[in-house]
Amino acid sequence: MIEVLGKTNIDFMGWRRYSFALSGVLALFGLVAMVQIGRGAANLGIDFAGGTAVQLKFEKAVPIELARQALITHGLPEVELQEFTADNKLLVRVKAQTAIEEKVADKVLDAFKKVFPDNPFVVDSSYEIGPTIGEKLQEDALKAITISMVGIILYIWARFEFRFGIAAAIATFHDILAVLGIFYVLDKEITLLIVTALLTLAGYSLTDTVVVFDRIRENLRARHREPLEKTINNAVNQVLSRTVVVSLTVILVLVPLTFFGGEVLHDFSLALLMGVIVGTYSSVFVASPLLILWKGTPGKLLRR
Amino acid sequence: MKPVTGRLVLLAVIVIVSLVMFLPSTPLFSKMPDWWKNYFPAKGITLGLDLQGGIHLVLEVEADRAVEIALDRAATNMTVLFAEKKLQVESVTHTTPTEITVSLGAPEAKDGVLKLTDDQFPFLTSRSPSDRVLVFSLRSGEADRIKKQAVTQALETIRNRVDQFGVAEPQIQQQGLRQIVVQLPGVKDPGRAKALIKNTALLEFKMLDETHKVAGMLPSRVPAGKEEDIIREFGPQIPPDDEILFERTIDKESGRVTKTPYLVKKRAVLTGDVLTDARVSLGEFQDAYVSINFDSTGAKLFERITAENVKKRMAIILDNTIYSAPVIQERISGGRAQITGSFTTEEANDLAIVLRAGALPAPVKVIQDLTVGPSLGQDSIEKGVRSTIIAGVIVVLFMVFYYRLSGSIADFALVLNLVCLVGALAGLNATLTLPGIAGIILTIGMGVDSNVLIFERIREELRSGKPVRPAVDAGYEKALLTIVDSHVTTLITGFALFLFGTGPIKGFAVTLCLGIAINLFTALVGTKVIFDLLNRRGRMDRLSI
Repeated sequence: MIEVLGKTNIDFMGWRRYSFALSGVLALFGLVAMVQIGRGAANLGIDFAGGTAVQLKFEKAVPIELARQALITHGLPEVELQEFTADNKLLVRVKAQTAIEEKVADKVLDAFKKVFPDNPFVVDSSYEIGPTIGEKLQEDALKAITISMVGIILYIWARFEFRFGIAAAIATFHDILAVLGIFYVLDKEITLLIVTALLTLAGYSLTDTVVVFDRIRENLRARHREPLEKTINNAVNQVLSRTVVVSLTVILVLVPLTFFGGEVLHDFSLALLMGVIVGTYSSVFVASPLLILWKGTPGKLLRR
Repeated sequence: MKPVTGRLVLLAVIVIVSLVMFLPSTPLFSKMPDWWKNYFPAKGITLGLDLQGGIHLVLEVEADRAVEIALDRAATNMTVLFAEKKLQVESVTHTTPTEITVSLGAPEAKDGVLKLTDDQFPFLTSRSPSDRVLVFSLRSGEADRIKKQAVTQALETIRNRVDQFGVAEPQIQQQGLRQIVVQLPGVKDPGRAKALIKNTALLEFKMLDETHKVAGMLPSRVPAGKEEDIIREFGPQIPPDDEILFERTIDKESGRVTKTPYLVKKRAVLTGDVLTDARVSLGEFQDAYVSINFDSTGAKLFERITAENVKKRMAIILDNTIYSAPVIQERISGGRAQITGSFTTEEANDLAIVLRAGALPAPVKVIQDLTVGPSLGQDSIEKGVRSTIIAGVIVVLFMVFYYRLSGSIADFALVLNLVCLVGALAGLNATLTLPGIAGIILTIGMGVDSNVLIFERIREELRSGKPVRPAVDAGYEKALLTIVDSHVTTLITGFALFLFGTGPIKGFAVTLCLGIAINLFTALVGTKVIFDLLNRRGRMDRLSI
C-alpha cells in the first residue's frame, strides 16, 4: 500500500483564525473584481463587453509595434494587441459599445494588407459581438450562478442541515470570488469560457466540501458526545488522503491542458487549476470551521 | 454476493451499443457494409464551429422598418389606384413612420376614397382631421402581426438562400422575438456567405429625374468613400420626392472602385416581389448578367411603365445601389428584364440566388458574428486531443502506481466511462466543442474521485482488520452516499449551465451532465463487478490496493 499520508491528526480547526483571515483577503479581491465588472472597469472579454476580436496567422513574424502603428494610421487607435510568437499569430481586440455595422474586422484586415503586402496572413477567427448580446450574456451568467447556488443550498439542506447548506454555499462562493479576484489582479480577460470555468470549479469545490461534510455527518451520528470541534477535525483528517489524492490527480490532468491545450484552453485550464487548489483549501479551512462558528441549536443530525 | 453474470452482460451490452453509436464518427464507418449503414445509426458526433471552422451569426430583424415598408407600399399602391379611378386626390404622403396622409382635391372625393381603401386596404383605419384631409394608420394589432410575420419571413428567406448556396448541415432558427441564429459549419468563404445572408436584396426600379437642375450638376464620377460629400453638397437642393443614389463601377484593370451619382425619384415604380425567376447568363464579351422574369402582374406593370417612359432612363436598384440605369428604348412586353453591371460571375451567381429567394421583409442587423477559420479549428483539435491524451495517460499511470491492481480496475472504469460518454454523445448527435472536450476531461477527474473515495474506504476497512470481501462490500456501501451527494451537487451546477448557457457552454454542460450520470453507473456497478469476479474465483486473502 502506497500512501501519501498515513494516519494524520492535524488540528485544522485550530488554524481557523488564520484561514479566515486569508479567505477574507481572497474574497475581498473577488468582491472588488465584481464591483469593477459591474462598473465596466474590469478587463471584460468582448463576449461580455461587445466589440471585435480578430486573430490572424501571418507567414512571417510581425513586430507588435509595427502592427499597432499600422492600425493607428488606419483609424483604429484603441486596439489591444496580443501576440503568440510561437506560430506568428496576432490577436487584435477592439472593445466598443457600438454596433457591428462599422465593420471593424474588415478595417483591421485592410490595414494589414496594405502595410504588410509581402507577409500574407489567414484569418484564424473573427468575433464581432454587439453590446446587447453581451448584456444578455452577463444576465444569463448571473442567473446560472444564482440558480445553481440556490439549488445546492436546498439539496444540502435536505440531505444535511440548513447550516451545512449555507456553509457549503459560502465556501463555494468564496472559491469563485477568490479565482475571479486572482484573475482580476493578474489582469486576465474575463470571458464566457472563464465564467464556465468558475461554475465548473464551483461544482468541484462543492464535491470536495460534500465529501468532508458526509464524514462529519457520519461521525456526528456515531459519536455525538465528543465536542463538535474534535468531531470535525477527525472527519477532515479521515478524508484527508482522499482529498489530497483526488486534487493531485485533477491537477495532473489540468497541467498538460494548461500548457499544451492551445491558446483557447489556456486561461480556462488555468482558472480550473487555481480553482482546484482554492477549492481543496476551502473545503478543509473554510466550510468545516464555518460549522463551528455557527453555534445554532443542534439540528436533526445531532438529535438522531 | 449478488450474481455476477447478469451485470457482466449488462456492461457488455452498454459497451457494444456505445461503440455502434460512435462508429459513424470514425473513418471506419465508410468501410462498413451497406446493410450496416442501413440499419444502424449513421450520424455521430458533430464537431462544433470552434473545431471545424465556420460561421455563427446572430441577426436582429429590424421589425419596425417592416411596418414602415408596409405603409410605404400601401402609399404607392394608393397613388396608383386613385389615379386609375380618377379620384380627386392631390397627394398621398407617408408622413410619419406609422401614418399616411391623403390630401383631397375636393371634399366630395372623400366617400370614393374611403370606399376604395376599405376594400383594398382592410388593415388600415382612417380619421379625418379636416374635410380635405384623410389620415390612415394601421389597425390595432396589425403592426404586431406585420413585425411577427417579418421575422418568420426573414427566417424563411434566409433558409432558402443558404439552401441554394449549398452548405452542409446549416442551422437556422429563431431566437427570442426578433433574432435569428444562423450557423454554417465548415464554410470556406465566410465573407461571401455573410453577404448572401444579410443583404436585404430589395430590388427596385426607379425613374431617374433628369429634368431637375441638380441632375445636370452632379459629377460623373467620384472615388468610393466620397458619397457623403456629394449628398451633403447637393442634398439640400433636391426636391422632397427625389434622392441621390450611386452606381458602383470597378475598373477592370486597376480594380479601383468609383461611384456615379444619379438623381432618382424616391418612389419605386416596380419592386422585386413580382419576380418569378432569376438566372445568370453570359453576355457577348463573357460578362455575366442576371436575367429576370416577372409574373403576370409584374409583366403588365413593366409593360405600362416602359410604354409611358420611352427615351427616359430607369435605374435598377438593389439595396440602394444602382446596378445600371439604361435608357428605355421602347415598350417592353413579355415580362423579362436584364440586370447588368460590373460584377464577377460569382457575384452574379449570388445576386441570382438572393433574387430567387426573395428580399428580406426588413433589413437585418448583425449583432453577433463569430467566424472561425478552418486552420484554427484543425489546430484546436490537435492540441485539445493531444493534451487530453497526455492527461489521460498520466491519470491511468498514477492510479496503477498508487493503487496497484485496484488501480487498474479503476482504469478499466475510466475507459468504460469514456466509451459510454462518446457513445452517448454520438447517440444524441451532440455537437462537440472545445469546452466539451474540457467537460470530458472533467468527467475523467470525477471518475477518479469516485474510485479514490471507494478505495480509501476499503483501505480503512482493511486497516480495521476486516477480511477482503466484507471490506470491499463495506467500502462500496459507505462511499455510496458520498458519491451520490457529490454527483448530484455537480449535476445541479451542470443543469444550471445547460439552462442558461449558449453555444459552447451548452455543449460543456451536456458533456458534464452525461459524464456525471455515466460515472455514477461505472463507479458503482462497473468496478464492483470486477471485484466480485475476483472474489468469486476463490477467497482472496490479500487485496492489492
